[in-house]
Amino acid sequence: MSQKNGNTDTRYTFKIFRYNPDVDAQPYYDTFVKSYPRGTTVLEALLNIQETEDDGIAFRFSCRSAVCGSCGMLVNGAPVLACRTQLATLIGDQVLIEPLPNMDIVKDLVVDMKPFWESYRRVEPWLHADSGNEPEKERLQSPDDLHKLDPYINCILCACCYGSCPVLGMEEDYVGPAAISKLFRFMQDSRDQRGEGFLAKFNNQRGLWACHTIFRCIDACPKDIRPTDTIEALRRRLVAYRFKKFFRLVK
Amino acid sequence: MITHDVLIIGAGLSGLRAAVGTSHTFDTAVLTKVHPVRSHSIAAQGGMNAALANVEGSKDDTTEKHTFDTIKGSDYLADQSAARVMCEQAPLLVYELEHMGCPWSRLDDGKIAQRPFGGAGYPRCCYAADRSGHMVLHTLYEKSVELGVKVYEEWLALSLAVDGDRVHGVVAMEMATGKLEIISAKVVVLATGGYGRIFSRSSNALICTGSGIALAYEAGVPVEDMEFVQFHPTTLYGTNILMSEGARGEGGYLVNNKGERFMEKYAPSAMELAPRDIVARSIQTEVNEGRGFNDEYVHLDLRHLGREKIIERLPGIREIALDFAHIDPIDEPVPVQPGQHYSMGGIDTDVHGATRVKGLYAAGECACVSVHGANRLGGNSLLDTTVFGKLAGEAIVKYLESGVEPPKQTVLAAELKKQEEVVQEICSRESTGETVGAILTEMRDVIFKKCGVFRQRGLLEEALAKIKELQERYQRVSIQNSTSRRYNPGLMNVLELRGMLDMAELIVAGAIPREECRGSHWRLDFPGRDDKNWLKHTMAVYSPDGPVFSYTDVEITDYEPKERKY
Repeated sequence: MSQKNGNTDTRYTFKIFRYNPDVDAQPYYDTFVKSYPRGTTVLEALLNIQETEDDGIAFRFSCRSAVCGSCGMLVNGAPVLACRTQLATLIGDQVLIEPLPNMDIVKDLVVDMKPFWESYRRVEPWLHADSGNEPEKERLQSPDDLHKLDPYINCILCACCYGSCPVLGMEEDYVGPAAISKLFRFMQDSRDQRGEGFLAKFNNQRGLWACHTIFRCIDACPKDIRPTDTIEALRRRLVAYRFKKFFRLVK
Repeated sequence: MITHDVLIIGAGLSGLRAAVGTSHTFDTAVLTKVHPVRSHSIAAQGGMNAALANVEGSKDDTTEKHTFDTIKGSDYLADQSAARVMCEQAPLLVYELEHMGCPWSRLDDGKIAQRPFGGAGYPRCCYAADRSGHMVLHTLYEKSVELGVKVYEEWLALSLAVDGDRVHGVVAMEMATGKLEIISAKVVVLATGGYGRIFSRSSNALICTGSGIALAYEAGVPVEDMEFVQFHPTTLYGTNILMSEGARGEGGYLVNNKGERFMEKYAPSAMELAPRDIVARSIQTEVNEGRGFNDEYVHLDLRHLGREKIIERLPGIREIALDFAHIDPIDEPVPVQPGQHYSMGGIDTDVHGATRVKGLYAAGECACVSVHGANRLGGNSLLDTTVFGKLAGEAIVKYLESGVEPPKQTVLAAELKKQEEVVQEICSRESTGETVGAILTEMRDVIFKKCGVFRQRGLLEEALAKIKELQERYQRVSIQNSTSRRYNPGLMNVLELRGMLDMAELIVAGAIPREECRGSHWRLDFPGRDDKNWLKHTMAVYSPDGPVFSYTDVEITDYEPKERKY
């Protein structure tokens, strides 16, 4: 448990989404009443419940310090990292814990993230640059050019934005906010040579034009990345590119 | 049955770097119990050492000086030619990562920025703010996606199929289904990281169970220098999340309850930037002698650095302090205490990652080359992972090009049967009230309290007796949900706990006979380093009755051991 400040523990009622497709006809909720000291996070509570109540409850975790992106889930309806969310910051003593939406359930709070990683791959998330073998020096990049990658390089791929996006609930082929922010990160990089023409691949309803600018992803992002802003920015760049292309100013 | 030429277990920096090296030429797959970007490499903060001489004040830095600092930092237990290989490769690896897209922090002239780090004579640590591990891991993952490296995500390796002197593949469990599978491979690479979670206070991710070291040990591969455990001086009080050495590299102070910068007593010239073993002991001494706060921690004071520098260079640890301690380092000092951080020991390998078993390689924290000896310098672990991941990849390509017989299916089938029986037996146990949680808690407490920053025979022997008791109780651990193996954390925890107990035993049993103080291994009952008797590596080999120890010489090529002063 986290740092205790000598305060008495608070009693919480946890309602946890349960579903094992091999065994259960349909999902249900398990209820656990537990007391924890101030400072306890949702992840610590889940681990304690797993240890003391039911060793079969499935959820993902790794770093417990909000840097690895494993433990995205819904807590009282909001997509959050369980490790970063303290029980004391929730309103009331009821804690409803559910899996991230827009993905199938593997078991309990563990969702099948294959579609998320598939959309990530669609943007070709690597630096497009000629790199010879065995570089002899670094390429230069000014601090100002590096700052253009902030905060997009801080994305931890937790899928909180993906799980909160209402468009993905209707259009599962939408590439989604995380992947577009990743694409933006590379297109902002002074070293990337993919060029504006790359955006043409996303000039469709599964790409840059799917977003309804509902801004849920901005609320959901634990790293303050503001994915909608990147979608808007790439739309402007795509329009500018098509305009120039129409007038044969670019290839 | 699944077949690959090369199977890499673990998808952190060393695993991915090895995969990037072999996937061009041979069918390569990576198997990992978490998605690659969830690996513990992500949590590295400070940076990666390389003598680039980019910064004012490091213009006459050289790989030779980096080599010397590494050897001195290791308390002369590093094999000197191995340390040299790592330091000579360092600049190339940093440049390679830059070319792959790593967003290193930059100087005004556009070159990669470097900051001072502990035990280093020059500002040599290349960094990406204080999220260096995140940036390097994402970069290598991106490269692996570009190369189309096959990844088995959320698979737990259960055992190595070793027959005589060669490896034939592994048996692993697909976590989503609980199904056991054979993965046949001519080459297996262990890149599974450290065992931090056997300690109650650890900076490590919750997944760091040392499972790869345990796989090798149980397969009869020697493990080296396991008693050398790094305690990071500055982990956040309460959760033990890492507060980067970069905080001190940027000028942060360590302060006791009298308001003194106490490091002037212990390392008058290096002060806060002495190597980690020395700073950790200094903090623990202050706390033990009543000069800490609440008898638990000291203060890491960054306030004098100013808002701008903290936000620019240390945004990650500021966010962690805010999220997990409700403290803004801009306004308040951060409470810190030593916590387990890194395993200097591990699977015995050469500089090519090769173990004593043909086809079995290891790289990164789970391996012991040895380049870190008795104490690793900050900034040398990202370097170790990438250098030795790369060198292992190159060696594997050569090994496979020399022509390797296909793996023996009979060996693999026998191993699968054995592991099926192990899992079945666990699932069939009646409840005796013995739980993974109870054993874990007792193991973590005893090893941290009795085999921690300061050690002595009596306590070590008590710890070993306790671990033996826990190993015996482990045989009776049962799980609640044995009907469905689908993503079953109870089952996976039991399967991993055996290896964790192995790790605990190796560390404590290795620490008892080493009657000297060297680097991180500090015996209160045997003051001083004893080069006459203990300038030696510890080798441990599995036996059913516990590890069998032997000792090998340290390779001293250029630098005769001297007293370490900072």
